[in-house]
Amino acid sequence: MTIITALIALGVLALLFGALLGYSAIRFKVESDPLVEQIDDILPQTQCGQCGYPGCRPYAEAIANGDDINKCPPGGDATIKKLSELMGVEAKPLNAAQEPAVKRVAFIREDECIGCTKCIQACPVDAIVGASKLMHTVLVDECTGCDLCVEPCPVDCIDMIPVPVTAERWKWDLQAIPVKVVE
Amino acid sequence: MSFKIASSPHHHNRRSTASLMQLVAIACIPGIAVQAVFFGYGVLVQLVLAIATAWLAEAMILSLRHKAIRPRLMDHSALVTAVLLAVAIPPFAPWWLIVIGTAFAIIMVKQLYGGLGHNLFNPAMAAYVMLLISFPVQMTQWLPPLPLQSVTISPLDAICTIFTQFSCGGFSLSQMQLSVDGITLATPLDTLRTDLAQGLTLTESWQSPVYLSFAGSGWLWVNLAYLAGGLFLLQQKVITWRIPVAVLASLFVLTMLSWLASPDAFASPLFHLFSGGTMLAAFFIATDPVSASTTDRGRLWYGALIGLLIYLIRSFGGYPDAVAFAVLLANMCVPLIDYYTRPRTYGHKAKGATK
Amino acid sequence: MPSLFQQIQAGALWDFHGGVHPPTRKAVTSEKPIISMSLPERLYIPLRQHIGVAGQLLVEVGERVLKGQALTAADNSMTVPVHAPTSGMIIAITDHTSPHPSALPESVIVIEPDGLEEWREREPLNFATADTQTLLERIQDSGIAGMGGAGFPTHIKAGLHQPVDYLIINAVECEPYITADDALMQEAPTTIVKGIDILCKLLNPKAVLIGIEADKPIAAAGMRAACSQREHYYVREVPVKYPSGGEKQLIQLLTNKEVPAGRRPADIGIVMQNIGTAFAIAQAVLDDHPLISRIVTVTGETLQRPQNVQALIGTPVAALLDFCGYQVELEQKVIMGGPMMGFTLPDLAVPVVKTTNCILAPSHTELPNAGPELDCIRCSACADACPATLLPQQLLWYSKAKDHDKLKEYNLADCIECGACAYVCPSEIPLVQYYRIAKAEIREQQREALKAEQAKARFEARNARLEAEKQARLAKNQQLAAARQQSQQQNAGSNTVAAALERIKAKQQNATETAQRSHADIVAEREVKKQQARAYQAQQAAATHTDAESGAQSQSASQNLDATATDPRQAAVAAAIARAKARQQQHTTEPAQTAQSRASAPAVTDSQATQNHADKAPSQDDPRKAAVAAALARAKARKQQQGAEAEQNHAIENNAATAASREATADKAPSHDDPRKAAVAAALARAKARKQQQGAEAEQNSALDNNGEAAASSEAAADKAPSHDDPRKAAVAAALARAKARKQQQGAEAEQNSALDNNGEAAASSEAAADEAPSQDDPRKAAVAAALARAKARKQQAAADTRSASEHDENAQAELAKTKGDSA
Repeated sequence: MTIITALIALGVLALLFGALLGYSAIRFKVESDPLVEQIDDILPQTQCGQCGYPGCRPYAEAIANGDDINKCPPGGDATIKKLSELMGVEAKPLNAAQEPAVKRVAFIREDECIGCTKCIQACPVDAIVGASKLMHTVLVDECTGCDLCVEPCPVDCIDMIPVPVTAERWKWDLQAIPVKVVE
Repeated sequence: MSFKIASSPHHHNRRSTASLMQLVAIACIPGIAVQAVFFGYGVLVQLVLAIATAWLAEAMILSLRHKAIRPRLMDHSALVTAVLLAVAIPPFAPWWLIVIGTAFAIIMVKQLYGGLGHNLFNPAMAAYVMLLISFPVQMTQWLPPLPLQSVTISPLDAICTIFTQFSCGGFSLSQMQLSVDGITLATPLDTLRTDLAQGLTLTESWQSPVYLSFAGSGWLWVNLAYLAGGLFLLQQKVITWRIPVAVLASLFVLTMLSWLASPDAFASPLFHLFSGGTMLAAFFIATDPVSASTTDRGRLWYGALIGLLIYLIRSFGGYPDAVAFAVLLANMCVPLIDYYTRPRTYGHKAKGATK
Repeated sequence: MPSLFQQIQAGALWDFHGGVHPPTRKAVTSEKPIISMSLPERLYIPLRQHIGVAGQLLVEVGERVLKGQALTAADNSMTVPVHAPTSGMIIAITDHTSPHPSALPESVIVIEPDGLEEWREREPLNFATADTQTLLERIQDSGIAGMGGAGFPTHIKAGLHQPVDYLIINAVECEPYITADDALMQEAPTTIVKGIDILCKLLNPKAVLIGIEADKPIAAAGMRAACSQREHYYVREVPVKYPSGGEKQLIQLLTNKEVPAGRRPADIGIVMQNIGTAFAIAQAVLDDHPLISRIVTVTGETLQRPQNVQALIGTPVAALLDFCGYQVELEQKVIMGGPMMGFTLPDLAVPVVKTTNCILAPSHTELPNAGPELDCIRCSACADACPATLLPQQLLWYSKAKDHDKLKEYNLADCIECGACAYVCPSEIPLVQYYRIAKAEIREQQREALKAEQAKARFEARNARLEAEKQARLAKNQQLAAARQQSQQQNAGSNTVAAALERIKAKQQNATETAQRSHADIVAEREVKKQQARAYQAQQAAATHTDAESGAQSQSASQNLDATATDPRQAAVAAAIARAKARQQQHTTEPAQTAQSRASAPAVTDSQATQNHADKAPSQDDPRKAAVAAALARAKARKQQQGAEAEQNHAIENNAATAASREATADKAPSHDDPRKAAVAAALARAKARKQQQGAEAEQNSALDNNGEAAASSEAAADKAPSHDDPRKAAVAAALARAKARKQQQGAEAEQNSALDNNGEAAASSEAAADEAPSQDDPRKAAVAAALARAKARKQQAAADTRSASEHDENAQAELAKTKGDSA
């Protein structure tokens, strides 16, 4: 008899809590899946495709679906670290095949440009301006250094040049200062 | 020739870790001297053993960790750890006790946590607790102060006893523990605890020779010597006033309250301040920078916490002295204390502190 | 409870947290008079010596400038100009080691003084009558920027619109060694006070607080005396403690106020100016003497005569040190600024600038190099010393871990980099250096984050645009399709079916052809390599000059083209092609075949010259002319080819390839406006032609086999062409056909009989290809003409093969000579 009482009591409790859980699941439902958004916010948005996906957003979706987080050379270690925090996985070093990039921007040797607009079409962030048959140029401030314009150029007039270090952007690397040797 | 590139500041106050540690060791000298006078030369032998072990252990681990040995041995941090442990254990404890203890302090507590600056706990105190738990008998074999001892112990006797557990004259340690009137004497704190447990009131207990006589106040003199050393450290600005003052103040206030409430069941504040390792703890152990709190307010809290724990364990706990446990427990709280006592940065609102 | 103002009036001082007491070592220089330095040989004046942007350059190399003449223009509010410190010639405007910790090169104007000290015209102002705007303009135009160290443009701070309670004059000079302000106050207190008067007129503060450190009694007394006539000027002697001269610390010392994080002192009604700045303002306004010199403390134990020097802006540090009797020590530090916040110089050519208050050349015993960095023992000496009440050891921990969020939480940004923490650190950890690196990284990351955000926005905008364009195109296509369907329904017939069948057939043929060709290619390539190896051995001796020569030739040719071309676009095309050629050539000449490159280089240059004419033709709208030009080009190319053939087989390949591409481009150019497409087509044609030639040479039989197929494929290609609207494709097809034809011809060289047959076929096929063309516009006709011309040329070539080799040698030589003449 006591067993039955206990069973009934437990059953009722289980029902009650079940109902409560079910209700709160509906009541406090979290809207959609913002994970991809969050990942996308962390990625550097160079749209370079070095991860093997056609842009940052597709890679973000891939990460959300379980892809590795260490495929983004432009983001470097900082991005990997943030991703590892967000995803709750261990931070891996950058994929060895992809060397960590020195910041670079595209530069068009303008007297060689034939005005073909191929690079304009390739640029994912519209950082190249110019018109058909007219010389093009790169907006350095907008360029993400993704390399995507180099390949399509029929006359090979696009170089990727390292962003010059200025006093404002200097990172206090005292060892790198060339000491002039006198006498 | 070329010019040297360096980062500012190019000036330094030329005060190194090594010199700080040296000062700490020097400040221990009066305490050690008084201890030797009252409790025999065993403490000196223990010191030699401890320092040798500490250097050996440190050098060994550093070479295993592929670190430069010389600069780190020369920072004298191992020396200070050895000194603190050597003065904390009974002077005639067997030689292996101090060797195990020091090796444990240096290897397990300090180097395995990453070496100087990275250890969570005070190495000397952690080793003391380890020894106390593992070898309770050896760790409580304190001899009565010299004038009360039934057997006179020469320096040679000290060495013999430490290495063989018998003096040159063939007395065993337990024989040496007997006082002139044939009663085994323990430390005042121990005596107090035993007497209280036997139902004696404190007034009755005070009659014991441990408390009376000039000689019996050996513990008082030891504490006064450490107090002097501590004041020297304060004067040298090796330590700041916050931690010692907080330890002593909280211990004083708490014992005062309970003593006022029940003078027969609780010892007086002065007794607490000048017996056991109170002064040593307040000035030398709690102030160990590595394991102490690092903010100004945090140091007050940290010191007060140690005072409280000493009081609680001495008054209600199972061990006669409580310094080591109190310090270790407070060490555990340090990260928390530091986090909640961050000072207000210039130009910021006060909320930063408890955010 | 007296109010704050009353307390300040009563002389109350407050204290700030932390601080250190390094030995000041000021007595060495503080009691000596200021000495003016003789003119150095050269002055290096950086264009930018303040926080902000450099002004617009006003002078040029070779110009003579007068003393005080502005070298740059202040064209916006964050700019102050720089001036010529003395009269002389500008001998260069170049990059020079900058007076910055990084020592990165910066543009400087180099002036060679002429020793005349000839001033420009000066117009002193009467500040009592001048209006605010004039005064501010004068301050800006005189190039005045904060002389205490940061170099913030003074006219901005002096032209605030916010109400100002306190004007604080910073004469604390808390850094050890430095006595520049001290000396200035001792020598010119009245001028300084006039400068403060001007600032008061601009800012109208309730009170002026002049903070002087207590170890400068003479200066303080002098200032007191000079201020005695002014009621609301208060001279305050602050206790000796570093860094009491820090802006925030001095505000706290004198007013017990704190500048809220991330705000400016002006937000709490305080403006601070350096005493040197006040002096400079007085000079600028009252004497029209722009900021062209400043007092620099030159000190340290390696100097025989440490002293305060009145140095012109731009004086190299080396000259300054020599003036004070510098005896260099090995591995010595030379510090610009004080020992606490100054930076070491890698090079003594660095010039003195407006913010340079000290040059310190200490001996090794005076300021020893830092010892090895040990582990932090958490002693908190740093926290006790920190004037900003930070927790330096926690910051160190997080800096090492690069935990930027934690660093922000622990207010790294509030660190003033005073160096007090590192000064007291018993483990000699260079704390400040860690913070600077972390700060730079945080700044960089913020920049990156901003950039990423912008990039994302741009990327999304672009995607949206592309999508919209796609939709628009789709809609248009649907409309067109609907229209076509209607018209087709009207004249529906069996035509379409036949066309479809034909297309399928062509496709099949194409497929088999490519499969076979690829096999032929491999075999051919091997053979070519063997030949190349042989040739290499034979001509190794002559190989040395070849590369350089041919490179130079094509270079000059392209330059030539650039010069002659009127249309820049055409020039660009030509240049691009020239480059491609040069590369190709180099590739071939790598195995070092002298004869070949000799022959081919002229061929290239020559045909390029022709090409240039051909290019020009389309602009005249006459396709016929273009065809003529093309034919000429071809003819020439062929001649050369013949010469080359006599010498070597490889020369043939190369020449033919270039000729073919030349033709392709030339042929096609008239039909197009877009040279880019032409270039692409040309490249295609070239590549194919080369491949086939190689094949042909290597194995004649297979080449012959291929001939038939090639013809077929050209037909197929040609077949397809007409079905398109785009004349360009037709041209490509034509080029293909041509290339094929050439290959056949080469086969023919080996076996004349079959070659003749093939030639006929080739011609036929080319014609077939071209046949389709007439059904379209003019360009097709040009193609036909081209094909005909080619066929003829080929026949001639076949005949020419029988001629002797020596003749061809001569030909080639003549050609070479001619090209040289052309390019010259």
